[in-house]
Amino acid sequence: MAKQDDDIILNEYSNKEYEAGFVTDIETEVFEKGLNEDIIRRLSEKKGEPQFMLDFRLKAYRRWLEMEEPDWALLEYEKPDFQAISYYAAPKSAPKYNSLDEVDPELIKTFEKLGIPLNEQKALAGVAVDVVMDSVSVHTTFQETLKEKGIIFCSISEAIREHPDLVEKYLASVVPIGDNYYAALNSAVFSDGSFAYIPKGVRCPMELSTYFRINQGNTGQFERTLIIADEGSYVSYLEGCTAPQRDENQLHAAVVEIVVMKDAEVKYSTVQNWYPGDKNGKGGVYNFVTKRGICKGDNSKLSWTQVETGSAVTWKYPSTILKGDNSVGEFYSVAVTNNHQQADTGTKMIHIGKNTKSTIISKGISLGHSNNSYRGLVKISANAENSRNFSQCDSLLIGDKCGAHTFPYIESENPTAIVEHEATTSKVSEDEVFYCNQRGLDTEQAVSLIVNGFAKEVLNQLPMEFAVEAQKLLALTLEGSVG
Amino acid sequence: MSKTLIKIENLHASIEGKEILKGINLEIKEGEVHAIMGPNGSGKSTLSAVLAGRDIYEVTEGKVTFNGKNLLELAPEERSREGIFLAFQYPVEIKGVSIVNFMKAALEQHREHKGLEPLSPAEFLKLMKEKKELVEIDSKLTNRAVNEGFSGGEKKKNEVFQMAMLDPKLAILDETDSGLDIDALRIVANGVNKLRNEHNGFMVITHYQRLLDYIVPDVVHVLYDGRIVKTGGKELAFELEEKGYDWIKQEVEA
Repeated sequence: MAKQDDDIILNEYSNKEYEAGFVTDIETEVFEKGLNEDIIRRLSEKKGEPQFMLDFRLKAYRRWLEMEEPDWALLEYEKPDFQAISYYAAPKSAPKYNSLDEVDPELIKTFEKLGIPLNEQKALAGVAVDVVMDSVSVHTTFQETLKEKGIIFCSISEAIREHPDLVEKYLASVVPIGDNYYAALNSAVFSDGSFAYIPKGVRCPMELSTYFRINQGNTGQFERTLIIADEGSYVSYLEGCTAPQRDENQLHAAVVEIVVMKDAEVKYSTVQNWYPGDKNGKGGVYNFVTKRGICKGDNSKLSWTQVETGSAVTWKYPSTILKGDNSVGEFYSVAVTNNHQQADTGTKMIHIGKNTKSTIISKGISLGHSNNSYRGLVKISANAENSRNFSQCDSLLIGDKCGAHTFPYIESENPTAIVEHEATTSKVSEDEVFYCNQRGLDTEQAVSLIVNGFAKEVLNQLPMEFAVEAQKLLALTLEGSVG
Repeated sequence: MSKTLIKIENLHASIEGKEILKGINLEIKEGEVHAIMGPNGSGKSTLSAVLAGRDIYEVTEGKVTFNGKNLLELAPEERSREGIFLAFQYPVEIKGVSIVNFMKAALEQHREHKGLEPLSPAEFLKLMKEKKELVEIDSKLTNRAVNEGFSGGEKKKNEVFQMAMLDPKLAILDETDSGLDIDALRIVANGVNKLRNEHNGFMVITHYQRLLDYIVPDVVHVLYDGRIVKTGGKELAFELEEKGYDWIKQEVEA
């Protein structure tokens, strides 16, 4: 009987097809498949990079060749064939536009299908959107306003050309090229990404936003993001993405690096909705991302918020190195897995400075045959006097064929530290669903509401503009609209 | 002649093969309050759950007509939108979902069903305020998540508040008096009395006569072993209070 109800819920959810699945037909220039030094040289040349970048890429490539793909995560997938991937795809038409009118109408249509028309976004939210469509930035808005404040927000390719000193200084300063297998690969072949620099004492007047989109079939995506918040500055950065439906697996191995100086604060929010594969687990994006920030100066703060609903396989641990004294690290995460999706995600909080504080709130929701794991490390080093961590990991199961796992690692080398960890696992009960049914909500709405309530602590952390999209993604219609 | 709200004919229902309801016949007209009394295990809560559409019970025989529709063919949410409200004996917690948002979601469904536009946030909040005053429920309560950390009395008040918001045609109160102290009982009963009108009906399920001092019924039914064995006016409740249920059992078994 309880099972019957669960099955209904399970079926209704499992039968949902990916709604953002479509392919935009834009002419693109694509490299032939395969990876070798020659490809990297051509890539660097194509992008007009200075010598230091080519050297950086080649060094990373050589490191990568010596490394092995790790397999410690609770994930099962077919290892990508790196020679079967094309490492460069760029829209053939003009790469930059001054106004939306000049943008390929197909591209605009794509965004309209996603419900994120650029026009409206610009007007509504005052968001500067740096659209990355298959590796090359085609549109950057609000440059001028930002320029007045001395803020640099552009594609990383442009930053490499225009601000080589900043890039050379900070690139790979948080995630070294040999940090891990995928970070090394990314360092060798990254195609594009975003760069932001907030000068001393400047509070960025708008949310900086990048919408990623994987568009070219069989193109690996290797985005590179570098954010530097100089002393006393503040920035809120939004990253969001959806991908069109595809049959082949697509690899996404991005690297995000954030440097937070003294008294500065960075808020980094992600909504991730890449194609998760079909009901039987065929296709879908592999999301192997390295995200790391350093609270370099005293009293600095870095806050990660993520809503992960997409990808077939997610392998991701946004981390914070709390180096400055009194620095603060936060991690808020909602990860939803359905059908045959697998997610192994969490965070690392590395306490080095004195009086450093970290908070981890992780909400995992599993449906269908999916597996959802939280993996987190809290490390308190010997010098981190009076450091504190609070972790809370809650799992919600819908149906009886999915799994939730929690792997908290705690290493404390300082006796004055206080580390707390709480974990719960619960199921959506048929009593809850029936209660909602009795008030007029169908089962899908009921589950949405319950899931939304479960994830509320995290959703509340998202900036307004993003919260809406996140709720849409969670198929939630109501929470937050009133009261 | 007032219209029939609900007509239950020869209703049989079982759970896991065990028959609980063994042929219920009952008709409630607009403007009427019917009390269903009976000893523990007689099938009172089963009757309310079956009417609300709880699928752990299997209806094996009989017919229920509500608003001229075959109720048993409707999903639970459709029954709600048609105007059946069940005040639960044990309301569940829905963590993190505020009563405001919960009611807004529910009301939108009800309005859509009636072909009405959703209320604007301002209109909705105005309605909330009105209904809160009507059933004497505090904003402190309605700003919290649904039943999360509520006392027994608060949960029941919340049920009556939701009833007021959704304005049902037929409200079923499943032992709403259980676990209430006398003050909470009065507030709950007052709320119900204010909601009574010539167009709706109530089915008040209770074990004790106490609640019926406040919510005065037009008809009292005694349910025993899955059947209605006695029907009378409000004085029947007093008789039961005085004599207990044993004489009914003896009458039935004789």
